[in-house]
Amino acid sequence: MSNNYLDIIRPGINTTFQDKGRDHLYHIGIPFSGAMDNRNYLIANKLVNNNLDSAVIEFAYQGPHIKYSGEKVNCAITGDVIFSIKKKDTEIEGKCYESYQIENGDEINIISTNKSVYGYLALGVEFDLKFQWNSCSINTKANIGSNDGKKLDAGQRINLKKINSNKDIKKTNYINTKIENIRVIKGTNFDYFSEEGKKIFYEKEFIVSKLSDRMGMRLEGPKIDNIVNTNIKSEGLIKGVIQVPADGNPIIMLSDHGTIGGYPKIGVVASVDYDRLVQMSPGSKIKFKEINLSDAETLFKLYEMETQNLISQI
Amino acid sequence: MIKNISNLGDAALYCDFGNEVNKSINSQVIKYFKTIKEKKFEGINNLTPSYNKLIISYDLKKTNFKEVKNYVENINAQDSKDINSKKLEIPVCCHENFSMDIKRLEEILKLSREKILENFLNKEYFCYMTGFIAGMPFLGDLDENMRAQRLETPRVKVPKGSVALTEQFANIYTFESPGGWNILGNTPLDVFDSSKEDKPNLINPGDTVIFKEITLDQYKNYNEQ
Repeated sequence: MSNNYLDIIRPGINTTFQDKGRDHLYHIGIPFSGAMDNRNYLIANKLVNNNLDSAVIEFAYQGPHIKYSGEKVNCAITGDVIFSIKKKDTEIEGKCYESYQIENGDEINIISTNKSVYGYLALGVEFDLKFQWNSCSINTKANIGSNDGKKLDAGQRINLKKINSNKDIKKTNYINTKIENIRVIKGTNFDYFSEEGKKIFYEKEFIVSKLSDRMGMRLEGPKIDNIVNTNIKSEGLIKGVIQVPADGNPIIMLSDHGTIGGYPKIGVVASVDYDRLVQMSPGSKIKFKEINLSDAETLFKLYEMETQNLISQI
Repeated sequence: MIKNISNLGDAALYCDFGNEVNKSINSQVIKYFKTIKEKKFEGINNLTPSYNKLIISYDLKKTNFKEVKNYVENINAQDSKDINSKKLEIPVCCHENFSMDIKRLEEILKLSREKILENFLNKEYFCYMTGFIAGMPFLGDLDENMRAQRLETPRVKVPKGSVALTEQFANIYTFESPGGWNILGNTPLDVFDSSKEDKPNLINPGDTVIFKEITLDQYKNYNEQ
Protein backbone atom coordinates (compact mmCIF):
# COMPACT_ATOMS: atom_id res chain seq x y z
CA MET A 1 0.00 0.00 0.00
CA SER A 2 1.36 3.36 -0.92
CA ASN A 3 0.05 6.87 -0.94
CA ASN A 4 2.58 7.96 -3.50
CA TYR A 5 2.36 6.56 -6.99
CA LEU A 6 2.58 7.11 -10.73
CA ASP A 7 -0.18 6.28 -13.18
CA ILE A 8 0.92 5.56 -16.72
CA ILE A 9 -1.49 7.35 -19.06
CA ARG A 10 0.55 6.57 -22.20
CA PRO A 11 3.54 4.25 -21.96
CA GLY A 12 5.58 5.39 -24.97
CA ILE A 13 7.31 3.08 -27.39
CA ASN A 14 9.87 1.29 -25.28
CA THR A 15 9.74 2.45 -21.68
CA THR A 16 11.50 0.39 -19.02
CA PHE A 17 13.04 0.65 -15.58
CA GLN A 18 16.82 0.54 -15.73
CA ASP A 19 19.70 0.78 -13.29
CA LYS A 20 23.34 -0.29 -13.44
CA GLY A 21 22.38 -3.69 -14.86
CA ARG A 22 23.80 -7.18 -14.23
CA ASP A 23 27.47 -7.72 -14.82
CA HIS A 24 28.15 -11.36 -13.93
CA LEU A 25 25.65 -13.60 -15.75
CA TYR A 26 26.94 -13.91 -19.33
CA HIS A 27 27.78 -17.58 -18.69
CA ILE A 28 24.10 -18.47 -18.32
CA GLY A 29 23.04 -16.23 -21.17
CA ILE A 30 21.92 -13.12 -19.32
CA PRO A 31 23.28 -9.86 -20.75
CA PHE A 32 24.23 -6.63 -19.02
CA SER A 33 21.03 -4.67 -19.59
CA GLY A 34 21.05 -1.47 -17.54
CA ALA A 35 20.73 2.09 -18.83
CA MET A 36 21.92 2.30 -22.44
CA ASP A 37 23.48 5.75 -22.06
CA ASN A 38 25.27 5.44 -18.74
CA ARG A 39 26.34 9.08 -18.45
CA ASN A 40 22.82 10.43 -18.85
CA TYR A 41 21.57 7.82 -16.39
CA LEU A 42 24.02 8.95 -13.70
CA ILE A 43 23.31 12.65 -14.26
CA ALA A 44 19.56 12.04 -14.00
CA ASN A 45 19.98 10.41 -10.59
CA LYS A 46 22.29 13.15 -9.33
CA LEU A 47 19.82 15.86 -10.35
CA VAL A 48 17.20 14.45 -7.99
CA ASN A 49 19.59 13.67 -5.11
CA ASN A 50 19.41 9.91 -5.60
CA ASN A 51 22.12 7.35 -5.08
CA LEU A 52 23.79 7.07 -8.47
CA ASP A 53 22.77 3.41 -8.90
CA SER A 54 19.04 4.07 -8.38
CA ALA A 55 16.37 2.94 -10.82
CA VAL A 56 15.21 5.40 -13.47
CA ILE A 57 12.66 5.25 -16.25
CA GLU A 58 14.33 4.87 -19.64
CA PHE A 59 12.37 5.64 -22.79
CA ALA A 60 13.15 5.51 -26.49
CA TYR A 61 11.75 7.95 -29.09
CA GLN A 62 8.25 8.66 -27.76
CA GLY A 63 8.28 8.69 -23.95
CA PRO A 64 5.57 8.11 -21.36
CA HIS A 65 2.79 10.43 -20.19
CA ILE A 66 2.59 10.06 -16.42
CA LYS A 67 0.27 11.37 -13.73
CA TYR A 68 1.69 11.73 -10.24
CA SER A 69 -0.20 11.34 -6.98
CA GLY A 70 1.30 11.96 -3.57
CA GLU A 71 3.47 14.32 -1.60
CA LYS A 72 5.96 16.69 -3.24
CA VAL A 73 8.81 15.05 -5.11
CA ASN A 74 11.61 16.09 -7.48
CA CYS A 75 12.00 14.86 -11.01
CA ALA A 76 14.49 15.44 -13.82
CA ILE A 77 14.89 14.37 -17.42
CA THR A 78 18.21 13.88 -19.22
CA GLY A 79 19.07 13.30 -22.84
CA ASP A 80 17.81 15.44 -25.69
CA VAL A 81 14.12 15.33 -24.92
CA ILE A 82 10.99 17.37 -25.62
CA PHE A 83 8.57 17.26 -22.69
CA SER A 84 6.14 19.29 -20.66
CA ILE A 85 5.01 19.41 -17.06
CA LYS A 86 1.34 20.07 -16.49
CA LYS A 87 0.41 21.66 -13.20
CA LYS A 88 -3.03 22.66 -11.95
CA ASP A 89 -3.35 25.86 -13.97
CA THR A 90 -0.32 25.87 -16.24
CA GLU A 91 1.65 23.72 -18.56
CA ILE A 92 5.36 24.44 -18.68
CA GLU A 93 7.78 23.43 -21.37
CA GLY A 94 10.34 21.21 -19.70
CA LYS A 95 14.09 21.65 -19.91
CA CYS A 96 16.47 18.73 -19.67
CA TYR A 97 19.15 18.76 -16.96
CA GLU A 98 17.00 20.69 -14.49
CA SER A 99 15.05 19.25 -11.61
CA TYR A 100 11.42 20.19 -11.06
CA GLN A 101 9.23 19.74 -8.05
CA ILE A 102 5.95 18.00 -8.82
CA GLU A 103 2.99 17.54 -6.55
CA ASN A 104 -0.27 15.67 -6.32
CA GLY A 105 -2.10 15.69 -9.68
CA ASP A 106 0.81 16.97 -11.80
CA GLU A 107 1.55 15.30 -15.11
CA ILE A 108 4.80 14.71 -16.98
CA ASN A 109 4.32 14.34 -20.71
CA ILE A 110 7.40 13.17 -22.59
CA ILE A 111 6.69 13.89 -26.25
CA SER A 112 9.85 12.47 -27.80
CA THR A 113 13.60 12.38 -27.93
CA ASN A 114 15.09 14.81 -30.39
CA LYS A 115 17.44 13.36 -33.06
CA SER A 116 18.53 10.81 -30.51
CA VAL A 117 17.15 7.57 -29.11
CA TYR A 118 17.16 7.31 -25.31
CA GLY A 119 16.11 9.64 -22.53
CA TYR A 120 15.91 9.22 -18.75
CA LEU A 121 13.32 10.26 -16.22
CA ALA A 122 14.57 10.16 -12.64
CA LEU A 123 12.42 10.77 -9.59
CA GLY A 124 13.80 11.54 -6.15
CA VAL A 125 12.24 8.37 -4.80
CA GLU A 126 12.70 4.70 -4.30
CA PHE A 127 10.33 2.85 -6.63
CA ASP A 128 8.64 -0.30 -5.35
CA LEU A 129 10.25 -2.75 -7.77
CA LYS A 130 11.24 -6.38 -7.97
CA PHE A 131 14.97 -7.04 -8.19
CA GLN A 132 16.46 -10.04 -9.95
CA TRP A 133 20.16 -10.69 -9.55
CA ASN A 134 20.48 -7.38 -7.69
CA SER A 135 19.05 -5.28 -10.48
CA CYS A 136 15.62 -4.03 -11.43
CA SER A 137 16.65 -3.55 -15.07
CA ILE A 138 14.00 -4.86 -17.41
CA ASN A 139 15.14 -7.28 -20.08
CA THR A 140 12.06 -7.65 -22.26
CA LYS A 141 13.51 -10.52 -24.30
CA ALA A 142 14.03 -12.83 -21.33
CA ASN A 143 11.32 -11.20 -19.19
CA ILE A 144 13.80 -10.55 -16.43
CA GLY A 145 13.70 -7.73 -13.88
CA SER A 146 10.99 -5.48 -12.50
CA ASN A 147 7.48 -5.23 -13.98
CA ASP A 148 7.67 -8.96 -14.85
CA GLY A 149 10.39 -8.10 -17.35
CA LYS A 150 7.92 -6.23 -19.55
CA LYS A 151 7.79 -2.70 -20.92
CA LEU A 152 5.57 -0.27 -19.03
CA ASP A 153 1.99 -0.36 -20.21
CA ALA A 154 -0.94 2.06 -20.30
CA GLY A 155 -3.12 2.10 -17.20
CA GLN A 156 -0.61 0.62 -14.85
CA ARG A 157 0.29 2.08 -11.47
CA ILE A 158 3.80 2.25 -10.04
CA ASN A 159 4.08 2.59 -6.29
CA LEU A 160 6.80 4.54 -4.56
CA LYS A 161 8.37 3.11 -1.43
CA LYS A 162 10.21 6.15 -0.19
CA ILE A 163 10.63 9.80 -1.09
CA ASN A 164 13.99 11.55 -0.72
CA SER A 165 14.08 14.04 2.13
CA ASN A 166 16.62 16.12 0.20
CA LYS A 167 14.47 18.18 -2.16
CA ASP A 168 17.13 20.65 -3.32
CA ILE A 169 16.52 21.79 -6.87
CA LYS A 170 19.50 21.09 -9.15
CA LYS A 171 20.58 22.17 -12.57
CA THR A 172 23.50 21.58 -14.86
CA ASN A 173 24.54 22.75 -18.29
CA TYR A 174 25.20 19.70 -20.33
CA ILE A 175 25.04 19.33 -24.08
CA ASN A 176 24.96 15.91 -25.68
CA THR A 177 27.67 15.99 -28.31
CA LYS A 178 26.87 14.10 -31.45
CA ILE A 179 29.54 12.19 -33.29
CA GLU A 180 29.69 10.66 -36.72
CA ASN A 181 32.97 8.84 -36.23
CA ILE A 182 32.75 5.86 -33.94
CA ARG A 183 36.14 4.66 -32.75
CA VAL A 184 36.72 0.92 -32.96
CA ILE A 185 39.38 -1.57 -32.03
CA LYS A 186 40.19 -4.30 -34.54
CA GLY A 187 38.11 -7.44 -33.93
CA THR A 188 39.39 -10.98 -33.47
CA ASN A 189 38.25 -11.99 -36.98
CA PHE A 190 39.40 -8.85 -38.80
CA ASP A 191 41.47 -10.94 -41.21
CA TYR A 192 38.40 -12.86 -42.36
CA PHE A 193 37.52 -9.91 -44.57
CA SER A 194 38.88 -9.01 -48.00
CA GLU A 195 41.23 -6.02 -48.39
CA GLU A 196 38.37 -4.25 -50.11
CA GLY A 197 36.03 -5.19 -47.24
CA LYS A 198 38.43 -3.81 -44.62
CA LYS A 199 38.73 -0.58 -46.62
CA ILE A 200 34.97 -0.27 -46.85
CA PHE A 201 34.65 -0.78 -43.09
CA TYR A 202 36.98 2.10 -42.27
CA GLU A 203 36.30 4.45 -45.15
CA LYS A 204 32.65 4.22 -46.13
CA GLU A 205 29.52 5.52 -44.45
CA PHE A 206 26.92 3.21 -42.96
CA ILE A 207 23.34 4.04 -42.08
CA VAL A 208 21.68 3.00 -38.84
CA SER A 209 18.75 0.74 -39.78
CA LYS A 210 15.26 0.80 -38.32
CA LEU A 211 15.81 -2.76 -37.10
CA SER A 212 17.76 -1.49 -34.11
CA ASP A 213 16.81 -1.85 -30.47
CA ARG A 214 18.34 -2.43 -27.03
CA MET A 215 19.83 -5.71 -28.28
CA GLY A 216 21.63 -4.52 -31.33
CA MET A 217 22.09 -1.88 -33.98
CA ARG A 218 21.88 -3.08 -37.55
CA LEU A 219 23.71 -1.07 -40.20
CA GLU A 220 23.17 -0.75 -43.92
CA GLY A 221 25.69 0.25 -46.51
CA PRO A 222 28.23 -1.24 -48.88
CA LYS A 223 28.64 -4.97 -48.26
CA ILE A 224 31.73 -6.15 -46.40
CA ASP A 225 33.11 -9.17 -48.21
CA ASN A 226 34.27 -12.18 -46.19
CA ILE A 227 36.98 -14.35 -47.77
CA VAL A 228 37.56 -16.95 -45.04
CA ASN A 229 34.31 -18.14 -43.45
CA THR A 230 31.04 -16.38 -42.78
CA ASN A 231 30.54 -18.46 -39.62
CA ILE A 232 32.78 -19.04 -36.65
CA LYS A 233 32.31 -21.51 -33.81
CA SER A 234 29.91 -19.72 -31.48
CA GLU A 235 31.73 -17.83 -28.76
CA GLY A 236 31.20 -15.05 -26.24
CA LEU A 237 30.19 -11.52 -27.16
CA ILE A 238 30.42 -8.24 -25.30
CA LYS A 239 28.74 -4.85 -25.67
CA GLY A 240 30.04 -3.03 -28.72
CA VAL A 241 31.16 -6.05 -30.75
CA ILE A 242 30.56 -5.54 -34.48
CA GLN A 243 29.63 -8.81 -36.17
CA VAL A 244 29.31 -9.23 -39.92
CA PRO A 245 27.00 -12.07 -41.02
CA ALA A 246 27.07 -13.59 -44.48
CA ASP A 247 24.95 -10.79 -46.00
CA GLY A 248 27.81 -8.34 -45.34
CA ASN A 249 25.81 -5.89 -43.18
CA PRO A 250 27.37 -5.16 -39.78
CA ILE A 251 25.43 -5.60 -36.53
CA ILE A 252 26.64 -3.88 -33.33
CA MET A 253 25.87 -5.65 -30.05
CA LEU A 254 24.13 -3.37 -27.53
CA SER A 255 23.28 -3.75 -23.83
CA ASP A 256 20.62 -6.52 -24.15
CA HIS A 257 22.69 -8.46 -26.71
CA GLY A 258 22.89 -12.22 -27.05
CA THR A 259 25.81 -13.43 -24.95
CA ILE A 260 27.09 -15.83 -27.62
CA GLY A 261 27.36 -15.39 -31.36
CA GLY A 262 28.68 -17.16 -34.41
CA TYR A 263 29.35 -14.40 -36.89
CA PRO A 264 32.88 -13.05 -37.45
CA LYS A 265 33.83 -10.01 -35.39
CA ILE A 266 35.32 -7.24 -37.53
CA GLY A 267 35.69 -4.75 -34.69
CA VAL A 268 34.64 -3.63 -31.23
CA VAL A 269 33.39 -0.12 -30.41
CA ALA A 270 35.71 1.61 -27.94
CA SER A 271 34.07 2.02 -24.52
CA VAL A 272 34.54 5.80 -24.75
CA ASP A 273 32.06 6.03 -27.63
CA TYR A 274 29.37 3.62 -26.37
CA ASP A 275 27.05 6.21 -24.75
CA ARG A 276 27.05 8.28 -27.92
CA LEU A 277 26.72 5.27 -30.23
CA VAL A 278 23.46 4.12 -28.64
CA GLN A 279 21.97 7.57 -29.19
CA MET A 280 22.32 7.35 -32.99
CA SER A 281 18.80 7.07 -34.38
CA PRO A 282 17.73 5.18 -37.50
CA GLY A 283 18.88 7.00 -40.62
CA SER A 284 21.98 8.45 -38.93
CA LYS A 285 25.26 8.17 -40.76
CA ILE A 286 28.06 6.35 -39.04
CA LYS A 287 31.74 6.01 -39.91
CA PHE A 288 34.27 3.83 -38.13
CA LYS A 289 37.75 5.01 -37.19
CA GLU A 290 40.41 2.59 -35.97
CA ILE A 291 42.23 3.18 -32.71
CA ASN A 292 44.59 0.96 -30.73
CA LEU A 293 44.03 -0.52 -27.30
CA SER A 294 46.17 1.90 -25.35
CA ASP A 295 44.52 4.96 -26.93
CA ALA A 296 41.12 3.42 -26.21
CA GLU A 297 42.06 2.94 -22.57
CA THR A 298 43.32 6.51 -22.23
CA LEU A 299 40.29 8.00 -23.96
CA PHE A 300 37.95 6.05 -21.71
CA LYS A 301 39.80 7.27 -18.62
CA LEU A 302 39.37 10.87 -19.79
CA TYR A 303 35.70 10.28 -20.58
CA GLU A 304 35.15 8.75 -17.16
CA MET A 305 36.92 11.68 -15.45
CA GLU A 306 34.71 14.07 -17.36
CA THR A 307 31.61 12.13 -16.24
CA GLN A 308 32.76 12.24 -12.61
CA ASN A 309 33.41 15.98 -12.93
CA LEU A 310 29.99 16.61 -14.38
CA ILE A 311 28.37 14.72 -11.54
CA SER A 312 30.42 16.29 -8.79
CA GLN A 313 29.43 19.75 -10.04
CA ILE A 314 25.73 19.01 -9.68
CA MET B 1 45.67 -24.93 -21.96
CA ILE B 2 45.26 -21.38 -23.20
CA LYS B 3 47.06 -21.07 -26.53
CA ASN B 4 46.79 -17.35 -26.92
CA ILE B 5 45.39 -14.34 -25.09
CA SER B 6 44.38 -11.20 -26.96
CA ASN B 7 42.04 -8.29 -26.37
CA LEU B 8 38.43 -8.14 -27.47
CA GLY B 9 37.84 -4.42 -27.55
CA ASP B 10 39.18 -2.47 -24.58
CA ALA B 11 37.24 -4.22 -21.81
CA ALA B 12 37.63 -7.96 -22.40
CA LEU B 13 40.25 -10.68 -22.67
CA TYR B 14 39.92 -13.25 -25.45
CA CYS B 15 41.40 -16.57 -24.31
CA ASP B 16 41.87 -19.00 -27.18
CA PHE B 17 42.09 -22.72 -26.33
CA GLY B 18 42.24 -23.91 -29.95
CA ASN B 19 39.97 -24.32 -32.95
CA GLU B 20 38.65 -27.83 -32.52
CA VAL B 21 35.39 -28.54 -30.77
CA ASN B 22 35.59 -31.52 -28.43
CA LYS B 23 34.91 -32.40 -24.83
CA SER B 24 38.56 -32.31 -23.86
CA ILE B 25 39.14 -28.69 -24.97
CA ASN B 26 35.74 -27.67 -23.62
CA SER B 27 36.56 -29.06 -20.18
CA GLN B 28 39.77 -26.99 -20.14
CA VAL B 29 37.67 -23.88 -20.82
CA ILE B 30 35.25 -24.82 -18.03
CA LYS B 31 38.18 -25.40 -15.66
CA TYR B 32 39.50 -21.88 -16.19
CA PHE B 33 36.02 -20.43 -16.06
CA LYS B 34 35.27 -22.01 -12.67
CA THR B 35 38.66 -21.17 -11.17
CA ILE B 36 38.49 -17.49 -12.19
CA LYS B 37 34.86 -17.20 -11.12
CA GLU B 38 35.66 -18.49 -7.64
CA LYS B 39 38.70 -16.23 -7.16
CA LYS B 40 36.78 -12.99 -7.72
CA PHE B 41 39.62 -10.83 -9.07
CA GLU B 42 38.83 -7.14 -8.53
CA GLY B 43 37.40 -5.67 -11.73
CA ILE B 44 36.61 -8.92 -13.55
CA ASN B 45 32.88 -9.22 -14.07
CA ASN B 46 31.41 -11.40 -16.83
CA LEU B 47 32.96 -14.66 -17.94
CA THR B 48 31.74 -16.39 -21.09
CA PRO B 49 32.97 -19.94 -21.65
CA SER B 50 32.23 -21.45 -25.07
CA TYR B 51 33.42 -24.51 -27.03
CA ASN B 52 37.05 -23.49 -27.13
CA LYS B 53 37.24 -19.84 -26.02
CA LEU B 54 36.83 -18.00 -22.75
CA ILE B 55 35.98 -14.32 -22.78
CA ILE B 56 36.72 -12.43 -19.59
CA SER B 57 35.10 -9.01 -19.34
CA TYR B 58 36.29 -6.43 -16.90
CA ASP B 59 35.34 -3.01 -15.62
CA LEU B 60 37.67 -0.57 -17.32
CA LYS B 61 37.19 1.81 -14.40
CA LYS B 62 38.86 -0.70 -12.08
CA THR B 63 41.43 -2.59 -14.12
CA ASN B 64 42.80 -2.98 -17.64
CA PHE B 65 43.96 -5.48 -20.25
CA LYS B 66 47.52 -5.76 -19.00
CA GLU B 67 46.54 -6.45 -15.39
CA VAL B 68 43.89 -9.03 -16.22
CA LYS B 69 46.13 -10.76 -18.78
CA ASN B 70 48.94 -10.99 -16.26
CA TYR B 71 46.55 -12.41 -13.70
CA VAL B 72 45.12 -15.06 -16.05
CA GLU B 73 48.56 -16.11 -17.29
CA ASN B 74 49.69 -16.86 -13.77
CA ILE B 75 46.59 -18.58 -12.55
CA ASN B 76 46.66 -22.20 -11.49
CA ALA B 77 43.43 -23.57 -12.93
CA GLN B 78 42.01 -26.30 -10.74
CA ASP B 79 40.01 -29.28 -11.87
CA SER B 80 36.47 -28.60 -10.90
CA LYS B 81 34.96 -30.90 -8.29
CA ASP B 82 31.31 -30.47 -9.01
CA ILE B 83 30.68 -32.67 -12.00
CA ASN B 84 27.02 -33.07 -11.32
CA SER B 85 25.78 -33.74 -14.80
CA LYS B 86 22.25 -34.85 -15.53
CA LYS B 87 20.64 -36.80 -18.32
CA LEU B 88 17.54 -35.06 -19.69
CA GLU B 89 14.78 -35.94 -22.11
CA ILE B 90 13.36 -33.01 -24.05
CA PRO B 91 10.03 -33.35 -25.90
CA VAL B 92 10.05 -31.89 -29.41
CA CYS B 93 7.29 -31.49 -31.97
CA CYS B 94 8.45 -31.42 -35.59
CA HIS B 95 5.05 -30.70 -37.16
CA GLU B 96 5.20 -28.41 -40.20
CA ASN B 97 3.83 -25.58 -38.03
CA PHE B 98 7.20 -25.55 -36.30
CA SER B 99 9.85 -26.97 -38.66
CA MET B 100 10.33 -23.69 -40.51
CA ASP B 101 13.58 -24.70 -42.19
CA ILE B 102 12.89 -28.35 -43.02
CA LYS B 103 12.82 -27.66 -46.78
CA ARG B 104 16.09 -25.78 -46.59
CA LEU B 105 17.63 -28.65 -44.60
CA GLU B 106 16.32 -31.23 -47.10
CA GLU B 107 18.02 -29.30 -49.89
CA ILE B 108 21.32 -28.67 -48.11
CA LEU B 109 21.66 -32.12 -46.54
CA LYS B 110 20.15 -33.97 -49.53
CA LEU B 111 18.15 -36.08 -47.10
CA SER B 112 14.41 -36.63 -46.76
CA ARG B 113 12.44 -35.13 -43.89
CA GLU B 114 12.01 -38.61 -42.38
CA LYS B 115 15.71 -39.34 -42.53
CA ILE B 116 16.61 -35.95 -40.99
CA LEU B 117 14.26 -36.56 -38.06
CA GLU B 118 15.47 -40.12 -37.60
CA ASN B 119 19.10 -38.98 -37.47
CA PHE B 120 18.27 -36.15 -35.13
CA LEU B 121 16.22 -38.18 -32.66
CA ASN B 122 18.49 -41.24 -32.45
CA LYS B 123 21.30 -39.37 -30.83
CA GLU B 124 22.55 -38.38 -27.40
CA TYR B 125 23.83 -34.82 -27.12
CA PHE B 126 26.40 -33.20 -24.85
CA CYS B 127 25.86 -29.64 -23.57
CA TYR B 128 28.99 -27.58 -24.25
CA MET B 129 27.76 -24.19 -23.07
CA THR B 130 24.71 -22.06 -22.44
CA GLY B 131 24.01 -18.56 -23.65
CA PHE B 132 23.23 -16.29 -26.59
CA ILE B 133 19.86 -15.84 -24.90
CA ALA B 134 19.22 -16.81 -21.30
CA GLY B 135 19.51 -20.55 -20.78
CA MET B 136 19.99 -21.58 -24.42
CA PRO B 137 21.96 -24.85 -24.49
CA PHE B 138 24.51 -25.58 -27.21
CA LEU B 139 24.31 -29.32 -27.81
CA GLY B 140 26.62 -31.55 -29.84
CA ASP B 141 27.50 -33.38 -31.90
CA LEU B 142 25.32 -33.94 -34.94
CA ASP B 143 26.54 -36.54 -37.43
CA GLU B 144 28.56 -35.33 -40.42
CA ASN B 145 25.61 -35.72 -42.82
CA MET B 146 23.40 -33.47 -40.63
CA ARG B 147 25.52 -30.34 -40.70
CA ALA B 148 24.19 -27.14 -42.30
CA GLN B 149 25.35 -23.54 -42.16
CA ARG B 150 23.42 -20.70 -40.52
CA LEU B 151 20.92 -18.67 -42.52
CA GLU B 152 22.58 -15.91 -44.54
CA THR B 153 20.42 -13.25 -42.92
CA PRO B 154 19.37 -14.10 -39.39
CA ARG B 155 15.64 -14.02 -38.64
CA VAL B 156 14.50 -11.01 -36.64
CA LYS B 157 12.19 -13.29 -34.61
CA VAL B 158 12.64 -16.97 -33.90
CA PRO B 159 9.71 -18.40 -31.89
CA LYS B 160 10.24 -19.45 -28.28
CA GLY B 161 10.92 -23.16 -27.89
CA SER B 162 12.39 -23.60 -31.39
CA VAL B 163 14.79 -26.51 -31.66
CA ALA B 164 17.34 -25.63 -34.30
CA LEU B 165 20.53 -26.87 -35.97
CA THR B 166 23.77 -25.34 -37.23
CA GLU B 167 26.93 -27.21 -38.13
CA GLN B 168 27.41 -30.01 -35.58
CA PHE B 169 25.16 -28.42 -32.98
CA ALA B 170 21.56 -28.29 -31.87
CA ASN B 171 20.01 -25.69 -29.57
CA ILE B 172 16.74 -24.56 -28.05
CA TYR B 173 15.52 -20.95 -28.25
CA THR B 174 14.40 -20.31 -24.68
CA PHE B 175 12.72 -17.04 -25.73
CA GLU B 176 11.56 -15.38 -28.89
CA SER B 177 14.70 -13.77 -30.21
CA PRO B 178 16.63 -12.96 -33.37
CA GLY B 179 18.60 -15.91 -34.65
CA GLY B 180 20.08 -17.62 -37.68
CA TRP B 181 19.86 -21.35 -36.94
CA ASN B 182 17.89 -23.87 -39.04
CA ILE B 183 14.63 -24.56 -37.23
CA LEU B 184 13.56 -28.20 -37.05
CA GLY B 185 10.87 -28.27 -34.35
CA ASN B 186 9.63 -26.81 -31.09
CA THR B 187 9.56 -27.89 -27.46
CA PRO B 188 6.73 -26.96 -25.07
CA LEU B 189 9.14 -27.25 -22.13
CA ASP B 190 10.40 -24.16 -20.26
CA VAL B 191 14.16 -24.51 -20.51
CA PHE B 192 14.83 -21.32 -18.56
CA ASP B 193 13.12 -20.11 -15.37
CA SER B 194 14.20 -16.72 -14.09
CA SER B 195 12.35 -17.15 -10.80
CA LYS B 196 15.04 -19.64 -9.75
CA GLU B 197 17.88 -17.18 -9.31
CA ASP B 198 20.46 -19.76 -8.23
CA LYS B 199 19.59 -22.34 -10.91
CA PRO B 200 17.61 -20.77 -13.76
CA ASN B 201 18.88 -23.16 -16.47
CA LEU B 202 17.30 -26.58 -17.01
CA ILE B 203 20.26 -27.75 -19.08
CA ASN B 204 23.82 -26.95 -17.98
CA PRO B 205 27.26 -27.54 -19.49
CA GLY B 206 28.22 -31.20 -19.08
CA ASP B 207 24.62 -32.52 -19.16
CA THR B 208 23.43 -35.05 -21.73
CA VAL B 209 20.21 -34.56 -23.64
CA ILE B 210 18.02 -36.72 -25.84
CA PHE B 211 15.05 -35.44 -27.84
CA LYS B 212 11.76 -37.34 -27.86
CA GLU B 213 9.29 -36.62 -30.64
CA ILE B 214 5.74 -35.68 -29.68
CA THR B 215 2.68 -35.07 -31.86
CA LEU B 216 0.98 -31.72 -32.37
CA ASP B 217 -1.83 -32.80 -29.98
CA GLN B 218 0.65 -33.83 -27.31
CA TYR B 219 2.39 -30.50 -27.81
CA LYS B 220 -0.84 -28.55 -27.38
CA ASN B 221 -1.78 -30.47 -24.25
CA TYR B 222 1.70 -30.50 -22.78
CA ASN B 223 1.36 -27.61 -20.38
CA GLU B 224 -2.18 -28.48 -19.36
CA GLN B 225 -1.30 -31.82 -17.82
